[in-house]
Amino acid sequence: MGQEILLILLAYVKAFAVGGAICLIAQIIINFTDLTAGKILVYFMLAGVVLTAIGVYQPLVEFAGAGATVPISGFGYLLASGAMKGAEQGFFQAITGSLAAASAGVTAAVVFSFIMAIIFKSRTKRN
Amino acid sequence: MTGKTRDNYNENYLAYVKTQDPPTKHFKNCLSAFGVGGLICCIGQFIRFMLEYAGLSGDELAGCTSIVLIFIGCLLTGLGVYDRIGRHAGAGSIVPITGFANSVASPAIEFKTEGWIYGMAAKMFTVAGAIIVFGVFSGVLVGLVYLFI
Amino acid sequence: MVNQQIKIGNTVFFKNLPRIKSFAAICGSKEKEGIIGEYADITLDDDMYGESTFEKAECKMLTNAISLAIEKGGFKEQDIDVMLSGDLLNQIISASFAARDYDFPFLGVYSACSTMSESIMLAAMLVNAGYVKRAVAATGSHFASAERQYRYPLEQGTTRPPQSQWTVTGAGGCTVCEGDEGIKITSATMGRVCDYGVIDVNNMGAAMAPAAADTIMQHFKDTGTQPTDYDLILTGDLGALGSRIVKDLTWEKGYDISSRHVDCGEIIYKVIEDEFQGGSGAGCSAVVLNSYVLSKMRAGLYKRILFAATGALLSTVSSGQGESIPGISHVVELEY
Repeated sequence: MGQEILLILLAYVKAFAVGGAICLIAQIIINFTDLTAGKILVYFMLAGVVLTAIGVYQPLVEFAGAGATVPISGFGYLLASGAMKGAEQGFFQAITGSLAAASAGVTAAVVFSFIMAIIFKSRTKRN
Repeated sequence: MTGKTRDNYNENYLAYVKTQDPPTKHFKNCLSAFGVGGLICCIGQFIRFMLEYAGLSGDELAGCTSIVLIFIGCLLTGLGVYDRIGRHAGAGSIVPITGFANSVASPAIEFKTEGWIYGMAAKMFTVAGAIIVFGVFSGVLVGLVYLFI
Repeated sequence: MVNQQIKIGNTVFFKNLPRIKSFAAICGSKEKEGIIGEYADITLDDDMYGESTFEKAECKMLTNAISLAIEKGGFKEQDIDVMLSGDLLNQIISASFAARDYDFPFLGVYSACSTMSESIMLAAMLVNAGYVKRAVAATGSHFASAERQYRYPLEQGTTRPPQSQWTVTGAGGCTVCEGDEGIKITSATMGRVCDYGVIDVNNMGAAMAPAAADTIMQHFKDTGTQPTDYDLILTGDLGALGSRIVKDLTWEKGYDISSRHVDCGEIIYKVIEDEFQGGSGAGCSAVVLNSYVLSKMRAGLYKRILFAATGALLSTVSSGQGESIPGISHVVELEY
């Protein structure tokens, strides 16, 4: 029992450390260049795709769990791993596999944003 | 086009402006990015454990975790909280999937005044559209490469 | 010191001395906490101003500033011959939509954040030449509408780099009339567009400072004056960083303006320099001039001032295409 709790705690620590480190890298890049939020998101997603394709990201996901899947590079990981799985099955799956794997995220973003747009109004801010 | 080219820019002035720039607070920025980013990932891990406990596994588990996180991101955007977090956390709130949700929900809410179709719906992907475009393109590329090797 | 010539260099002299007879300013909830709050005619608690969109709120602020300026001058709507106005939004919609509430003709002007000094200058030219008797010059801006046009949606969680400025929510207007009552407009210098190659859209101060320095020094040269001849040299929205640059640039050419220089953007908020540099936007110089500065002039605190609003002539398209940011500044000399 005690060991189980320890394992869960360790999972949190790993998620915090790896997830925080990915954000830290992004922050360092923002500090030293003038990349905007949109560009950072695209570059990190692409980095996730590339790292997955060369087989580096998969071990990181197994190690850190949410620490590697929650950052946007995890979205790239989903896309790339979906495509790689699809490629084993054939040409059609190789092409559709990536978006199919990421469909949950995209669908959720569209649906929830739509709902929020119905409920909420844009407000000005003061600081 | 008769505009200035990079050749006749006033290099001296640009170098001088650089020296006048207010210092970026590297340490504070990095610390808050690390802390907030790590915290969001911990919340993700917590949701993952909860859903696992509820009996999900594999792709379903990963998918549902991001759905819940995206919901939280959209809700906090709608409530006007996420931009406040983002002001201090920097990359810590941009890079996690909640930041993606924020970049979809914020133009949707903002541009609703220009109509539901050309405003809210069409402008929803002003920022996030780039992620989808490059994601799908690179994903197809990876799929094709793996198909032929 | 009445100059006989009508134009020297880029400076025009107004022999018939058009006057600013009345002025009015409206500012938003963040601005009213600063020094402007006491002097502005209307301060808003709600930046929406009871409207459904930010653009409508901006338009309403501008309309009210114009109406109030006309009213404070003791005029009626039919006394006004022309209105000169502009704002930051695409196709200057706030100004032109504000104009549809009035019967007098409307001339739209745009020079980004220096619209206030350009419209005062043009109004003074029209009045001086005798084409019109009374003109209104007004401009305004709104944080939320500018943010959405030039930057990101409001709810998006982005960081503000420390060089950035905060668009002022506010509008200001004044009436420029012939006669012998009010603040004299003695001369004005038309600005040249200066582009030193600053690309960073967050660093407007650095982009506009060369233009401000250029026009201010041109004015000194054309009028044969020195910085110490003025009680106040008021620049538009350079912010703390841009103010330092403009002082350096003028000092380099042998004019020391540091003891006289004040920047509207720097004084409008309580600036914490490593977070942001101050206010910006067309409303910034309009609100500060039409509330604090002109009130103080009327009270006799300042006798002779230079008003040099500064503008960054960029659009999202041009910065997206990697163009640098051209700056402009027009100088108006006021005396009381």
